[in-house]
Amino acid sequence: MANNKVSQDTGDLKLDRVSKYYGDFCAVDDLSLVVPDGSFFALLGPSGCGKTTTLRMVAGLEEPSAGTISIGDTDITTQKPYRRNVNTVFQNYALFPHLTIFENIAFGLRRRGLKDVKSEVENALNLVEMGHLAQRKPNQLSGGQQQRIAVARAIVNRPEVLLLDEPLGALDLKLRRQMQIELKRIQTEVGITFIHVTHDQEEAMTMADTIAVMNLGKIEQMGSATELYEAPKTAFVANFLGQCNLIKGKVTNRANGKAVVSAKGLTFEVPLSRVATDNESVFVGVRPEKLRLDDNGINSIKDCVVIDRSFVGTSTQYLVKAPWDLDLVVFEQNDEGLHDLRVGDKVSLEWDAEHTFALDGAQDINAGADLDDEE
Amino acid sequence: MTKIAAPRPSLSHRTSRWFARNLIRIYAGVAFVYLFIPVAYTFAFSFNDAGKSNLVWQGFTLENWKNPCGAPQVCESVVNSLQIGVISTVLAAILGTMIAFALGRHKFKGRKTTNLLIFLPMATPEVVLGASLLAMFLNLRINPGFWTVVIAHVMFCISFVVVTVKARIASLDPRLEQAAMDLYANEKETFRYVTLPLVMPGIAGAALLAFSLSFDDFIITNFNSGIVSTFPKFVYVSAARGIPAQANVIGSAMFFIALIIVIVGQIVSRQRRKG
Repeated sequence: MANNKVSQDTGDLKLDRVSKYYGDFCAVDDLSLVVPDGSFFALLGPSGCGKTTTLRMVAGLEEPSAGTISIGDTDITTQKPYRRNVNTVFQNYALFPHLTIFENIAFGLRRRGLKDVKSEVENALNLVEMGHLAQRKPNQLSGGQQQRIAVARAIVNRPEVLLLDEPLGALDLKLRRQMQIELKRIQTEVGITFIHVTHDQEEAMTMADTIAVMNLGKIEQMGSATELYEAPKTAFVANFLGQCNLIKGKVTNRANGKAVVSAKGLTFEVPLSRVATDNESVFVGVRPEKLRLDDNGINSIKDCVVIDRSFVGTSTQYLVKAPWDLDLVVFEQNDEGLHDLRVGDKVSLEWDAEHTFALDGAQDINAGADLDDEE
Repeated sequence: MTKIAAPRPSLSHRTSRWFARNLIRIYAGVAFVYLFIPVAYTFAFSFNDAGKSNLVWQGFTLENWKNPCGAPQVCESVVNSLQIGVISTVLAAILGTMIAFALGRHKFKGRKTTNLLIFLPMATPEVVLGASLLAMFLNLRINPGFWTVVIAHVMFCISFVVVTVKARIASLDPRLEQAAMDLYANEKETFRYVTLPLVMPGIAGAALLAFSLSFDDFIITNFNSGIVSTFPKFVYVSAARGIPAQANVIGSAMFFIALIIVIVGQIVSRQRRKG
């Protein structure tokens, strides 16, 4: 209908100090965020972290308790969902069961009274390679097919921002991998800003240019997948993205671009640029694949014991006990240098200073661990 | 399976095994016979060359089917029943659907009470409802007739419509409406293009139920119809003198029309599912 004026703003999506309360419960806590025009952005976090609420506020399906949301220079905070130049791919797709696939995709075009509905819909169907299914009903399609139709139904409107709410959650692993590549291809082709909400860290890392890791209604850290993985700023991010070894210690010296941390009589070097705190008490962090089963590096722990090993194809994963109450995870590539250790073997660990990072020691060392398996 | 080793079981053993295997089928068969004997009886006696009383079989004739309006007042009462049924159904469907949406979608003061009160007409004995309505109409100095029957029928049909439609609304995924809003449909368009079509099967079912309740009703109608005759009232009144065979014709015809509607509905929905 022509009376539904849809704003045609372009530009970055900005959330400025946005909060959302349900009674006393704070779902989103004073969140500020800029999503650059045309980027593939992921909101990553465990369930209940506020990522879906954030998405629904951008879509207009929830109204923020405080703060403003804008696209370009236009404030859309209280704009009705049907006036926003934003479309959503819903979790479980929400395709209209009484309409054919064609009419599902044409829905948005018809409501705005556009011409050329037929060719637009056909283009969208071809984009997701589902042209032959136009006259079917949604319940005659498989999960993967419905997923593509949901994407086509949103993209055909050429929104300024496309929101994806756990779009791959209902698919099996193989199909999910395939759709990850597919979605990335579509985003590159259409050049629309994608905001992808997911609890799957691997999914976020494969697809997004920028990832915002959310926890308890706040953004813990924002950056590229590499930045977040290689230089996490909080224990939550370190544990939530992949696996991580954290060792409690004290900074004894900061000089010449490096910090020296002592723990249990050992000293570890950390580049100052990778120290995320001014506190004396820190966690020294290192990723499992950066550890080597050797003892001549700058940072090393001697007299460790292998307490578990598992072979996972490309690598062997060891659980190693340090001389004190600390278990470390070590991944060793399955190539020529393989040590092939057994449970009970004595071993030393070493790693490079540039692979080390240090986090504020005042936080929960287990924050974000074992959270990504839920749902 | 080897046939050589197995000894042939005794006859009684085989019979009891056959029974055990077919028990559910036998039970279903008996149940259907029980359900359909009255219908079959009505249908058979619609061909009775009855004369005045249709109680005893007196010979086969097609005369009753060729001339269903043959008996005095039969068709007049059927037309009255159809008119009352259609008007009551339309009114009850519209009003009941609106109530169902209010109860299913909005939180307001007195919602729980309303929910409870909606059930009352279903739980109240019809005799009581019929008598009280008549008393009310007389107190208001309204002469009972066609429209008082319509009012009475709308009243008890609404409850059934509300219950049926509310169940349908409750099973509706709210995300579908959110998706419509997300796709540029305003509130009215969302209702028209998504909510209403999805609730429609519930409304249609409720309307069919309402129509059959209205067409069938005798007790409340008898109190509130004055001199207007409906089909159930006609049958009841003529029972004293002997029900004409035309009543059987109309009864059977209604049964077959309903059957055809159900079968066509099934075929259409199956084809739709196939696409």
